Amino acid sequence: MTQTSDPHVAPQADHADTARTFLQRVADLRAWLFLAFLILGFEVWSRISFGGTFLFNPFNIQSIAVFAVAPLLLATGQTFVIISGGIDLSMGFIMGLAAVVAAHVINWATPGMGFGMAVLFGGLVAVLVAAIPGMVNGMLVAFLKVPPFIGTLGMFGVARGVAFLLAGGTTVPVKNEVFAALGNGRFYGVPYIVIVTAIFVLIMHYLLSQTKFGQHNYAIGANAQAARRAGINIKWHLLRLYILSGMCAGLAGVLYAARFTAGAAQAGEPLLLDSVAAVVIGGASLFGGSGTILGTVAGALVIAVIQYGLVFINVAPFWQFISVGVVIIISVLIDQAQRRFSGGRQSE
Amino acid sequence: MSPPNTPMVNTPMGETLLEVRHLSKNFGPVQALSDLSMKVHAGEVVALAGDNGAGKTTLIKAISGVYAPSSGEILLKGKSVSFASPQEARDQGIETIYQDLALADNLTIGANIFLGREPMRRAFGFLPVLDRAKMAEAAKSTMALLDFHVSRLDAPVSNFSGGQRQAVAIGRAVYWNAQILIMDEPTAALGVPEQRKVIQLIHQLKAQGRGVIFISHNLQDIFAVADRIVVLRRGVQAGERRISDTTHDEVVKLMVGG
Ligand SMILES: Nc1ncnc2c1ncn2[C@@H]1O[C@H](COP(=O)(O)OP(=O)(O)O)[C@@H](O)[C@H]1O
Ligand SMILES: [Mg+2]
Repeated sequence: MTQTSDPHVAPQADHADTARTFLQRVADLRAWLFLAFLILGFEVWSRISFGGTFLFNPFNIQSIAVFAVAPLLLATGQTFVIISGGIDLSMGFIMGLAAVVAAHVINWATPGMGFGMAVLFGGLVAVLVAAIPGMVNGMLVAFLKVPPFIGTLGMFGVARGVAFLLAGGTTVPVKNEVFAALGNGRFYGVPYIVIVTAIFVLIMHYLLSQTKFGQHNYAIGANAQAARRAGINIKWHLLRLYILSGMCAGLAGVLYAARFTAGAAQAGEPLLLDSVAAVVIGGASLFGGSGTILGTVAGALVIAVIQYGLVFINVAPFWQFISVGVVIIISVLIDQAQRRFSGGRQSE
Repeated sequence: MSPPNTPMVNTPMGETLLEVRHLSKNFGPVQALSDLSMKVHAGEVVALAGDNGAGKTTLIKAISGVYAPSSGEILLKGKSVSFASPQEARDQGIETIYQDLALADNLTIGANIFLGREPMRRAFGFLPVLDRAKMAEAAKSTMALLDFHVSRLDAPVSNFSGGQRQAVAIGRAVYWNAQILIMDEPTAALGVPEQRKVIQLIHQLKAQGRGVIFISHNLQDIFAVADRIVVLRRGVQAGERRISDTTHDEVVKLMVGG
């Protein structure tokens, strides 16, 4: 500690900084702590009431992972948007739209292209179609200065209507065995859709933590004016951001359609709020400027464990809502305490 | 992009860096600034003083490319310039330090210095990733250049005090080789010890041969750090003095008139 002798830095400030940084780290890890706590709780309950294990049962782990796939895919895109200071309410129905488009296109393409190519083609088309409402969101927010909450709420309605129209008001079954295998097959016990999701989440983690795009996203969420002054093209950034979140929803829709071998317009309807919850539980602030993909992964797992675990221990399913709600409230309280602790500057 | 982190400025001490000739600016019928002329030399600190509405902010905004002057001329190292945007002024070495708007609080010092022009490296030989080591190294050396020694290079700047954050904003300008730094009330929001640090910073900038223009209401600060003072009153120059040749009383008289 050569700094201690330096006249410009008070030595006490360093200790305060260290303590503060340590507490911040703990708070940043809160979602993982929640998760460990929950799993421990279910494990104890399971041993006492059934005499069996909760965690060390591969079937449980598989089920939780499959449960978490769609909300997590939505939540990764939502993490980027929330860090930038926005929110994307349209993701749920963009997901439904993509599921319906994937089903139709795969059915249409299978006779001509064969099973495998049709899946690839249909998946790609669905993700690209999902990028369109994302782009409209981006243009509304970036160029027309529409608040994200309002702009994406409008797109929520549009995507919902288009998805139901394309689906003809029902679900669209897919007849393609490769697609069914993608949705339900396993590689050494790990479901394919979990592998696809894990790879995608890693890419998103890289994008957020290691690239200029990610760095600019944090800066814009904390201080858009400073970002603009530093020469960052905020409009262009926001446009790409909302396209990205649309495409995340698109991928979620494709994997949903694969899992159920059917596209449904309402596929993502109940998942939107779960995705926002996962991001918040994962430590992001709705004021923008903070959050991580790894935190969001923990947040999504917390929700999946609560939902699956309560079914597993045979509690009335309505307890899910209460438990997830309580976890959200606790997360927000921790976030605010942390904000106050660090001088409240982050929300300025 | 300029070669970063050159502690010395290319203009020899004492030569004219910036000259403003007969500058006027009106907003519709409001004459915010009329026929103002002033110079800033390398290694010189010029204070701008004057009552509220005197035209100080308008003057620095004209110099930094925020406003186009209604008439008059700005010369940078003898060459006439006109800036279409603050970015153009910045590209030519004129940097404005804004009070609290300058930093992304959630990022480190290094990330703030490089915001918008982040250095990249290749991980595993192929994957482009942010070069955080380079950012931290630059943060450390730049802050040391300003005689600020920070131990926590991985902490977000929200952890730092107001004076330290001001230093980070100045550090960024210095790293990108700003020749002229403009500061609007740099000490206004700070406590007394912090104000002293900023005054020290300005001394450092001066010693490195940069030109500094700063607006202040605080005569104490002005007399502590400025070489010259330009007093504005209702958009016109009410007087210009060498600090060594004037007194608090005289400056106050120039400000209020009469
Ligand atoms: N953007 C503007 N539009 C109209 N009038 C302005 C604008 N900016 C400044 N003024 C006017 O110009 C005069 C000088 O203002 P300003 O440069 O802000 O003074 P100071 O910074 O010395 O307090 C004031 O009368 C102010 O009302
Ligand atoms: Mg002013």
